[in-house]
Amino acid sequence: MEEKEIYERLNNVFRDIFDDDSIVVKPETTSNDIEDWDSLEHINLIVAVEQEFGMKFNMNEVTSMKNVGEMVKIILDRVK
Amino acid sequence: MKELEYPFDANLLLKNKRKIKKELLQKDNFIEKRIAILGGSTTSEIKNMLELFLLNYGIKPTFYESEYNKFYEDAVFGNAELNEFNPDIIYIHTTNRNITNYPTMLDDKKTIDEILQAEYDKFEKVWDSLLNRFNATIIQNNFEYPYYRLLGNKDASDIHGKTNFITRLNQKFYDYANITKNFFINDINYISACYGLDKWSNQFYYHMYKYAMEVPAIPYLSFNVANIVKSIYGKNKKAFVLDLDNTLWGGVVGDDGVENLSIGPEVPTGQVYLEFQEYLKEHKNLGVILNINSKNDYENAIAGLNHPAGALKPDDFIIVKANWNPKNVNIKDIAEELNLGADSFVFVDDNPAERNIVRTYIDGIATPEIDVPENYVRMIDKNAYFEVTNFSEEDIKKNDLYKDNAKRSQMMVAFDNYDDYLKSLKMVAEISSFKPIYLERISQLSNKSNQFNLTTKRYSLADIEEVNNSDEYIKIYGKLEDIFGDNGVISVVIGHIKNKNELHIDLWIMSCRVLKRDMEFAMMDELARRAQEKGIKTIYGYYYPTQKNKMVKEFYESQGFELLNCDNEGNKTYKMELDNYEKKNNVIEVKV
Repeated sequence: MEEKEIYERLNNVFRDIFDDDSIVVKPETTSNDIEDWDSLEHINLIVAVEQEFGMKFNMNEVTSMKNVGEMVKIILDRVK
Repeated sequence: MKELEYPFDANLLLKNKRKIKKELLQKDNFIEKRIAILGGSTTSEIKNMLELFLLNYGIKPTFYESEYNKFYEDAVFGNAELNEFNPDIIYIHTTNRNITNYPTMLDDKKTIDEILQAEYDKFEKVWDSLLNRFNATIIQNNFEYPYYRLLGNKDASDIHGKTNFITRLNQKFYDYANITKNFFINDINYISACYGLDKWSNQFYYHMYKYAMEVPAIPYLSFNVANIVKSIYGKNKKAFVLDLDNTLWGGVVGDDGVENLSIGPEVPTGQVYLEFQEYLKEHKNLGVILNINSKNDYENAIAGLNHPAGALKPDDFIIVKANWNPKNVNIKDIAEELNLGADSFVFVDDNPAERNIVRTYIDGIATPEIDVPENYVRMIDKNAYFEVTNFSEEDIKKNDLYKDNAKRSQMMVAFDNYDDYLKSLKMVAEISSFKPIYLERISQLSNKSNQFNLTTKRYSLADIEEVNNSDEYIKIYGKLEDIFGDNGVISVVIGHIKNKNELHIDLWIMSCRVLKRDMEFAMMDELARRAQEKGIKTIYGYYYPTQKNKMVKEFYESQGFELLNCDNEGNKTYKMELDNYEKKNNVIEVKV
């Protein structure tokens, strides 16, 4: 899977979760950039991303992920 | 909404909850309820999912959420915010993560019994404190099994095992539930088993976010809670409307002939249909009414139902529609004949096209996706259409009551004069102030009655108890018996005494099974008599229109009230002076 495709699909997940069609995620996007993205919503995001790409993050990955770019790197690694 | 009925897509609900909520809020006619969630672990998403399922049931919740794992403190020590919130429902979301002490291998039996008692006492204190402070209904989780078994299989049977300990603790919860009204167990032990305990207990979610189950399991948990809540507020379904061919038996009776139908224990498919028939038949004991809606010649339908190997017989059904009408037309007729709303029906048909037509034409009816015959039972059962909370004697008798009504209709034809017919029924009513044994039935009636209901005010059991214990109310119930049988408690009137000599009627309901029997006049006579005794001069009546109570829009006119006011939503206020009250009922003998 190409990085571009991952960003496209990820973008749809973000738009669904936050019910906001103006969201465009970039590698440097963090929870500071999206108003409703708090720790409680983070878990839903993780679950939805796992569901979208048919993979699971482990605890270590979830705790160390700093931004969307790092998330995509893990997904790329897992689904190739 | 299909998305919120079993089998639902849990991940879709979690992902699209905001969009789905907006869509649900487009509807109107919600009843509003205040729900406090007291959690022993994270509850945020549980609340969000609960909200969706409740909105789908026509209940609009507002929530109070305890701080993380503060269920004990909120309950026992109190909390000003919670007090002010004054919940209707308190959901205590605790799990085996909230068991503080387990037995160890070194403990003897006596010590283990003490640990068990101490663990239980903690919860009992929570419940008693809440029930003391609030006029609310409590929903309490039991415990799911542990995610590991130190003793292996012996963990279940040995008193040192966690599995054994949890089983005993659960039993103590059930004992409390069995003697406490307004207290219900949310059986997470069962739903975690259905979901798969290993997945349910995925520890990632606890250590990362303090959720006591994996997040994709939450919709199943919340659905289970929502089902208890909707049942408490009278939103259960009331009747099955069943197709025949390939639904109750394998094959088409008109084409294949009775002898070639697949039903009975001899062959696997026959066995599946037999078990399904038995499952449906069991519902009669819950007071669920069975009816048939089939595209068949009537004789063929009855012949099929008389198949010697079937569990259901023609006599088990109240109404059998076997004809070639569109099914939605038949359903409207059945609703009219039973005096029930078609939205209280569960329509079971193997044909997706028929389900679709019925769903399109009849708002609110359930049309479960029953899948293949071996899944019929599960697909219906998991939707909890008939979730039992307040079960009354009335429910057991309900099928007989509807049968009696069919006999009355036959007798009516024999009389030219309606009054003569009513007199021939030799009706005897008992009209009296509330009695403890009927409180549950009274609450149930206030939640179930939609049509003959002037104000559509709902009373939980706790609300009814409050009315019963207060001097500010005249509160009467009516029972009606006739030559065909006892209808039980079928009418309730609650009048609120204000300014010493005014009576304001908060609630006037009657079950539709005694329509046109003059029971409402017998109730009025008795209400007037009691009001006069208390020095009441004027009675005020109120009619608040809903989609369902049009049949009583001129009720107070018929009782001789004078219209005082009607606002632009159609809410009407009436009054009647009591000085020259004349009795209205002359066909029912009344015992007070």
